[in-house]
Amino acid sequence: MRKLMTLVLALLMIAGAAMGLAGCKDESKIVRVYNWGDYIDPDVTKDFEKETGYTVRYEMYETNEDLYTKLANSNASYDVIFPSDYMIERMVAEDMLAKIDMSHIENLKYIDKEFLSLGYDPNNEYSVPYMWGTLGILYNTKMVDGEIDSWSALWDEKYAGSIIMMYSQRDAIGAALKSLGYSLNSMDDQELQQAKDLLIEQSPLVLGYFMDETKDKMIAGEAALALVYAGDAVYCIDYNEDLTYIIPKEGSNIFYDAMCVPKNCKNMEGAEAFINFMCRPDIAARNADYIGYSSPSTAAREQMEDGNNPYAYPDLSKYKLEIFSTMGEKNKLYDVIWTEVLAKVGE
Amino acid sequence: MKKTSVLGKIYVGLIVAFLQLPILCLIVYSFNESKSRAVWQGFSLKWYQALFQDSEMITSLGTTLLCAFLAAIISTIIATVAAIGMNSMRRFTSTSIMTVAYIPMLNADIVTGVSLLILFTMLKMELGFATLLLSHITFCIPYVLFSVMPKIRQFDYSKFEAALDLGATPGLAMRKIMIPDIMPGIVSGFFMALTLSIDDFIVSFFTTGNGVQNLSIKIYTMAKRGISPTINALSTIMYLVILAILLYTNLRSMNQDKQKNRKGTN
Amino acid sequence: MKKQKSALLALPMAIWLLVFVLIPIGVIVYYGVTVTGPDGNLVFSLSNFARFADETYLKVFLRSIKIALYATVICLVLGYPVAYICARGTERFRTIVMLLLMLPMWMNFLLRTYAWLSILENSGLVNRILGQFGIERIQFLYSEGSVIFGTVYNFLPFMILPIQNVLLKMDDSLLEAAYDLGATPVQRFLRIVVPFSVPGVISGITMTFVPSVTTFVVSQLMGGGKVPLVGDIIERQFRVVSDWHFGSAVSVIVMIVIISMMVLMNKVDKSDVDERGVIL
Repeated sequence: MRKLMTLVLALLMIAGAAMGLAGCKDESKIVRVYNWGDYIDPDVTKDFEKETGYTVRYEMYETNEDLYTKLANSNASYDVIFPSDYMIERMVAEDMLAKIDMSHIENLKYIDKEFLSLGYDPNNEYSVPYMWGTLGILYNTKMVDGEIDSWSALWDEKYAGSIIMMYSQRDAIGAALKSLGYSLNSMDDQELQQAKDLLIEQSPLVLGYFMDETKDKMIAGEAALALVYAGDAVYCIDYNEDLTYIIPKEGSNIFYDAMCVPKNCKNMEGAEAFINFMCRPDIAARNADYIGYSSPSTAAREQMEDGNNPYAYPDLSKYKLEIFSTMGEKNKLYDVIWTEVLAKVGE
Repeated sequence: MKKTSVLGKIYVGLIVAFLQLPILCLIVYSFNESKSRAVWQGFSLKWYQALFQDSEMITSLGTTLLCAFLAAIISTIIATVAAIGMNSMRRFTSTSIMTVAYIPMLNADIVTGVSLLILFTMLKMELGFATLLLSHITFCIPYVLFSVMPKIRQFDYSKFEAALDLGATPGLAMRKIMIPDIMPGIVSGFFMALTLSIDDFIVSFFTTGNGVQNLSIKIYTMAKRGISPTINALSTIMYLVILAILLYTNLRSMNQDKQKNRKGTN
Repeated sequence: MKKQKSALLALPMAIWLLVFVLIPIGVIVYYGVTVTGPDGNLVFSLSNFARFADETYLKVFLRSIKIALYATVICLVLGYPVAYICARGTERFRTIVMLLLMLPMWMNFLLRTYAWLSILENSGLVNRILGQFGIERIQFLYSEGSVIFGTVYNFLPFMILPIQNVLLKMDDSLLEAAYDLGATPVQRFLRIVVPFSVPGVISGITMTFVPSVTTFVVSQLMGGGKVPLVGDIIERQFRVVSDWHFGSAVSVIVMIVIISMMVLMNKVDKSDVDERGVIL
């Protein structure tokens, strides 16, 4: 018995030591970063820690809605977050973001002017652009007949069991709205109802509803088509040459993900240092090369290995692209539609 | 005791093999040079190296162990002390407490998790290690209580009173007479709590935050991101450590039994 | 006198249970029966419950119960013989089997589920092997079947251990007496072993059924989001769409249904709660 207790205590001490290494750091030296899954080159955070002496505590979320819920309801506090355009708009409207003193973000000068002061942050007070991209279809040319150019492919019975949908409400509903020829930001109850029916109709054809898992599955050839962000498509095509990416002819979404600081942040200085570091061209280049998304910095693109990837940097004038905007009172309706779609999926 | 029939042995063997199979596959994959689990590209220890360099993974392992041991120790103390106290209560009071204690056992983890989440939010407590630990203690307490209680019911109070009559203080009598008697219940409750805490995902999922991740949550986020061979390496190490601990404790208790038997026959 | 004093020892736990069990339940009930009014204050409303009464959600709830029932029955059918054979076997045999049963249990729940993903996916091990024999790949994952499979795998040990613990306490002389009185092996099993094992079976069913009804891990990882269970609906309300009121209402319903099912089942078993086989 005594021996067992000794064993237990020894294990406890080891655990304590491991925690101590992580826990006993000066709070003002910790930057809490909450980012999308697979949305940074992990070596970059290590370099940031080395160069500045800060410790990064890193957590990941899957969708904008996850991020919103976490910030709005629980007493979580983060220093840097990476919401997209429409979510920034919503968070600003709900007074959840702190203003950033842009004079402290020296490297902001490397970000192209066309990405600053967009509709979601017209005075450029709350956000610093991180990446941008388009929404489209990634498909395996060996598993699909001919070329695909329309959203209708995601509803094609030929590919039953071989379609991956996004586990993200704005994107999934957006794809359905677009394929019906409506705006991505439709507030019309009837149009939204049609989009919902379309998604339910699609469900028997769908292999699964995923976010980050999609990449692995497409690379392994587990499915023929997937609704993806361009950046993930670039990553997958890198590993599997049979894959290709298109922006459907009916039009699609263009998104901007930016770095923001929540109101309840505890370390503004650290947050600014982190954001500034991410804007440095060599760092931005490494991130963009690693994750495959499109960088808003020409200076960074010049240093990238793959700075002119046709999927990441398409000729935007050729496509009908729309930005998501926040839905205001209809946010709730989107939640209800998405909950119902996913509840009906199993029938 | 009868000898087990061959057919029975085969059946049990199949079930046991079924339970081990996926973990054994992970162990094999953990030595695979290639990231893809589809092809075998030769023996390699590189995923083990990657595992030890993954500071987040090591921290989450530390969080899991620290939380499990603290939750098991604290819940064992609280529940054991309470069990001793409850034995001298009126039947009605002790049954009511037992019924409340039974709720977390019967209730779904997800309900326990979200109700604690709302509680912590209302109390304006920041989610993190403290809230994680409080939640784990909460769902561990009933298991300890229900494993200690029967032992206390069986305990012969006249022994305790005899010690008091011989001049022992209540504290001493408790330490020397009562605790040793109910020890098996305490130990099995402790280990039950430990297992549950290490295994838990759902309650942790709702009650931790701000960068505090235990192993379950870390694996959940990783599994959603596709297969990572470092998880295989981790599984292998955990499997072997647990195997070693279980073998050690079982062999020891077997040896002790043998010695006891020998003494008995003399 | 003394008795009263030692009863105070139960106070810390009583307070703990009050704060972390009873109050949280009160809080979800409160959230369940309120909605955020137009002025931002909480107002009383039963609309959350009314919303769940819609066919869409009821179907999900029924599916959850159906899947959990299948999984529990399969666990019982597969597990009972193991428990019986072990309880009747030699000490050595039992120790080894128990050790091997506990091994995966001590591993993490997520690791166990994750392990199957890499075996069963389209480009996984099983399909590789089938491919070697020229058999076309089979879609194992992302169906009701795969969710049931994952559930059975995860909870099978929790069915075996309590039954085995109860059967171990059975006195051999009971069976011998029945034998002497001329009972056939089938009679002995049905009339003596089965009734004796009821407390263990109930505790095994509780430990498999409850987590199976409300899992969202297995349904998300092995069901690919295509087999939504009631746990997924709750999880989504709290994690994604931030409708805590609806999520609480669903939790309350789940809690009431499960606890009443368990209480009903416990009525079958007349033994005292703490005589039931507790694993370990």
